[in-house]
Amino acid sequence: MKFRGLIFANLFRKKIRLLLTIGSFAVALFLFAFLGVVKSAFSRGTEVAGADRLVVVNRIGLIQTMPVSYADKITTIPGVKAITHNNWFGGVYQDEKNFFPQFAIDPDNHRKVMTEFIVPDDQWANFLKDRQGCIAGAKIAKRFGWKIGDRIPIKNSLYGNPKTWEFNLDGVYHNERPGGDETQFWLQYKYLDESMPANYKGQIGWYVLKLDTPDDAIRVAKAIDAKFANSSQETKTETESAFAAGFAKQLGNIQFLILSIGSVVFFTLLLVTGNTMAISVRERIAELAVLKAIGFGDRSVLFLVLGESLVIALVGGLLGLGLAMLAIPVLGAALTGLLPTLILSPQILTVGLVTAVLVGIISGILPGIGAMRMRVVNALRRV
Amino acid sequence: MVRVDEIGKSNSLIQVRDLDKTYRRGGEEIHVLQRLNLDVDKGDFVAFMGPSGSGKTTLLNLLGGLDVPSRGSITVAGDEITHMSRSKLTDWRARHVGFIFQMYNLIPVLTAFQNVELPLLLTKLSKSERRKHVETALSVVGLAERMNHYPRQLSGGQEQRVAIARAIVADPTFLLCDEPTGDLDRKSADEIMSLIKRLVKEYGKTVLMVTHDPVVARLADLTLHLEKGLLVESVEHPQAMAGCVA
Repeated sequence: MKFRGLIFANLFRKKIRLLLTIGSFAVALFLFAFLGVVKSAFSRGTEVAGADRLVVVNRIGLIQTMPVSYADKITTIPGVKAITHNNWFGGVYQDEKNFFPQFAIDPDNHRKVMTEFIVPDDQWANFLKDRQGCIAGAKIAKRFGWKIGDRIPIKNSLYGNPKTWEFNLDGVYHNERPGGDETQFWLQYKYLDESMPANYKGQIGWYVLKLDTPDDAIRVAKAIDAKFANSSQETKTETESAFAAGFAKQLGNIQFLILSIGSVVFFTLLLVTGNTMAISVRERIAELAVLKAIGFGDRSVLFLVLGESLVIALVGGLLGLGLAMLAIPVLGAALTGLLPTLILSPQILTVGLVTAVLVGIISGILPGIGAMRMRVVNALRRV
Repeated sequence: MVRVDEIGKSNSLIQVRDLDKTYRRGGEEIHVLQRLNLDVDKGDFVAFMGPSGSGKTTLLNLLGGLDVPSRGSITVAGDEITHMSRSKLTDWRARHVGFIFQMYNLIPVLTAFQNVELPLLLTKLSKSERRKHVETALSVVGLAERMNHYPRQLSGGQEQRVAIARAIVADPTFLLCDEPTGDLDRKSADEIMSLIKRLVKEYGKTVLMVTHDPVVARLADLTLHLEKGLLVESVEHPQAMAGCVA
């Protein structure tokens, strides 16, 4: 601590350079946090997927439908505890940019399978009674300022038939999993089905079923697919986590693009920062030589150099992460619908801070070792 | 009393025996110092003169433990420094040597007080003890009232006085001065030399100084002339010994 004054005096030697270095460090760490958040957002579906749930889709693809009557046949397979189904609704609220996922659900069984979504019983009871009822996620309700009882118009053009649907907001759901999705909008399947063209009636998008035990997953999946093999609408059954991973994989290129561009920028900034620190040490090599001449040992000189780079790294890192804490919720709100929910977790902050410290050490250690090894006599000749 | 070409043991503060320093440049060996012997007692003030490349600064660097000889030995206050490890030599320098450089070599971002305090940061002294020592050293050089000034706010002579305060603050065994007046005008040079003389006479400091200036050299008790790495002449200055500053 006796060297504190010396470290800070050296840091403030060139104030503009110090500010720019700390600034570039802060930007790098902000970027690091943002990339971490984006990465975790893309992979969160896989992480939170229920281990005891299977998803059944049409073998041809997710946009192909299946008969609602499959549910009764699937429930006969041993190991299936409950089954529900969903349809993609794909409407627009007021403006195209107000995107959020809307699903026509099976209200009778939805809560038995999707147990992480919490809706107060009285609200759910109202939804069951209300053909035009809907349930919105807490985030989406907050975003648009919806209150229970509000009338919500949603435009869509399913099968080339443009229409504005009116819904009554009967309830708001919360997700009991931290960071879990609260941006969905649910309507009654029956209400959707009534309006479907005759050849699309009684069709659903995909089934989600709950198992008695996750150990049955492979057996039940095989049994379901075998049951509908050689039918006009064959099925593909997989665990929910495999389904989520496959879904995320479709976004993989975007994720890869964001991560690779961000990583290049991040490491470039770190190289620039490290180089600035090295220059700062080289500029005062003669002063370090004087310190060594008057008795500062190799370790003291290394400590001084490392101390400076660590202070820059820590201040820059904390600034960048602080900025991320402020900006990511705002960015997340602005990007709702385009990206999954952005959550800056304590893990990302910790890894960011550790990275900052490591970069501080790495960028200080090379010039520090150089200062340690320098021959005082040679360095003094440069004065 | 300074003696040159002395052989064997003595009770001198600094004993230099058969000192050689050789550099290799390309395939050629350059003998910077050759078979140098020297005894310096406590309280002596010795000046080294000679043309550029005669080995003055190299000798000073060897005496200060900044460089190692190719052959021979240097013993200071009973410690032979020529075989010390790098870290031991660093500790030894902190305790025994005060350096005064031609270009002052103050840290520009530190105040006079902080510059003088630097050697004390390596000791176990408390903050208040360090402050007391620094104030005393700055008083000795007559700059107590400028302790909060930065080097850029001081004249060249004042900067050199701060450097002298830094050199004496830890009460080293001896002072090594490399052209201490080389960058100063005559008036400032005289003031610096008066100060160094006072350190010798009043505080009993041992001073070894390299200079090109014969006027400055005459203020030492003895001037040793080096040429091509050999001690070729020694000149005593009786009036300097009597304490007269020119």
